[in-house]
Amino acid sequence: MIIGQIKDGIVLDHITAGRGMEIYKVLGLDKLDCTVAMIKNADSVKKGKKDIIKVGQVIDLDFDVLGYIDPGITVNIIQDGKLAKRSHLSLPERVKGIIRCKNPRCITSVEQELVHEFRLADREKKIYRCIYCEHEAPKTVE
Amino acid sequence: MKNLIDIMQMSTDELQVLIDTALDIIANPKKYAEACRGKKLATLFFEPSTRTRLSFEAAMYELGGNVIGFSEAQSSSAAKGESVADTVRTVGCYADIIAMRHPKEGAPLVATRTAGVPVVNAGDGGHNHPTQTLADLLTIYREKGTFDNLTVGVCGDLKFGRTVHSLISAMSRYKNVKFVLISPEELKVPRYIITDVLEKNGIPYEEIASLEEAMPQLDILYMTRVQRERFFNEADYMRLKDTYILTPDKLRTAKASLSILHPLPRVNEISVAVDDDPRACYFKQVLNGKYMRMALILKLLEVNV
Repeated sequence: MIIGQIKDGIVLDHITAGRGMEIYKVLGLDKLDCTVAMIKNADSVKKGKKDIIKVGQVIDLDFDVLGYIDPGITVNIIQDGKLAKRSHLSLPERVKGIIRCKNPRCITSVEQELVHEFRLADREKKIYRCIYCEHEAPKTVE
Repeated sequence: MKNLIDIMQMSTDELQVLIDTALDIIANPKKYAEACRGKKLATLFFEPSTRTRLSFEAAMYELGGNVIGFSEAQSSSAAKGESVADTVRTVGCYADIIAMRHPKEGAPLVATRTAGVPVVNAGDGGHNHPTQTLADLLTIYREKGTFDNLTVGVCGDLKFGRTVHSLISAMSRYKNVKFVLISPEELKVPRYIITDVLEKNGIPYEEIASLEEAMPQLDILYMTRVQRERFFNEADYMRLKDTYILTPDKLRTAKASLSILHPLPRVNEISVAVDDDPRACYFKQVLNGKYMRMALILKLLEVNV
C-alpha cells in the first residue's frame, strides 16, 4: 500500500501496533480538515509491527500526552517535503489533565475544577501517582 | 519549609531540629510562653477530631498566640459548596498559619496554593497525618534515645491507617530499622508502601497475621484502630474490628523495654488493663504531640526564641 508523501506536516512513527487509533482520538485528529492517514500494522525493522499517523499540516502537539500514551513514538516534522525536526519521546515527569484519578477519596473527586495531575513514580514500571492522594493512575486515557 | 503536607518533606536533619526544639520547650516552657504573641492559628477541621484540633489549639495558646476556626464542615462555607481553595484564601486573610483536616485526600495540598500563609496537614482522609508522626517520633526518641536499630511492629488497620504509612516512611530513613507488619489480609499495608518505601530502600520487613508471633522481637509496637469511617461497607467493618486486642496476657512474651504506641482514639484494641503497664506510651504520645506542634508552629512562622 502506498501513502503519498506530505509536503508540510507531521509523521508520528513507531507507534506501538494497535495504539494508533487511541492517539488519533486523544489528539483530536478527527476534527482536522487536512489530510490525515492512519496506517495500522506497518512492517517495522525495530518492532516487527507498528502504527504510523501522517498529518497534512503542522499542528501543536502535546508531547507529554504522546509520551505518556506511547513513549516509543518518533515525531517527525516535515517542511517543504523535507525532515525539519525529529523528536524521540520519553515518559514525562508529570502529566496534567490527561488521565483522571479514580480514587473516590481524592479531593479531585469532589472539586470538579481541579486539574488531575500525576507524577512519574516508577519509570521502569511506568507507574504514575496522583499528586493529591498518591493513588496509582489508570493505565488508559479516557 | 513553608508548609507541612507530608512528613517526607522534612529531612532527618530538619526533623531533629524540631525534636530538639520540642525538648527545649519541655525543659523551659516559660521561655516560649510569649513566642507567638499577636499571631493567629486557624484550625479548619472539615472532619471531626478531638485530639488533633485541641492539641493544635493548646500548642498555639501555650506559645502566647490566638486561635480561630471551625470544627466541622457544616459550620463552614464548605456546606454551601465553597471550594477548599476559596475557603483557605479567605482564612489566609485572617490568620498567620492554618492547620487543616479534611476527609478528602490531597485537600491540604490544594490549600497551599491559595492560602498565602503556611498550611499544616492535620489529616487528609486515609492519606497523610504528618503531625501525628511528629508525635510518634518524639515519643520514640524520648523512650529509646535513638531511631536506629529498632524493630518496629505496626498492628491493625495498615490499609487505611494514614499514621502507619507516614510512620513507616519516616522511620525507613534511619539505620538498621526493621518493620513487622501485623494485619489481617484485608487490611494489609498498600502495595506502594512496600514497593516505593520498603523494597526501594532495602528495608527488611515481614507481613504476618499473628500479633502473638510477632511480639517477642519488637522494640516498638504501634497499635491502630480499625476505622469505621474508612469503610464503605458496614459488614466489612464489623467483621474486622476486633481482630487484634492487646491484653496483659499477650504482652507476656514482649521485651521489658518494649514501647507501646497508639495514635488514639482507641476503641477496644488496647485493653484498659494495659494502661498501667510501664511500657504503655500512648498517653505520653498525646503530650508529645502538643510539644511537636508547638515546635512546628515556631518553625513555620519563623519565630526564633
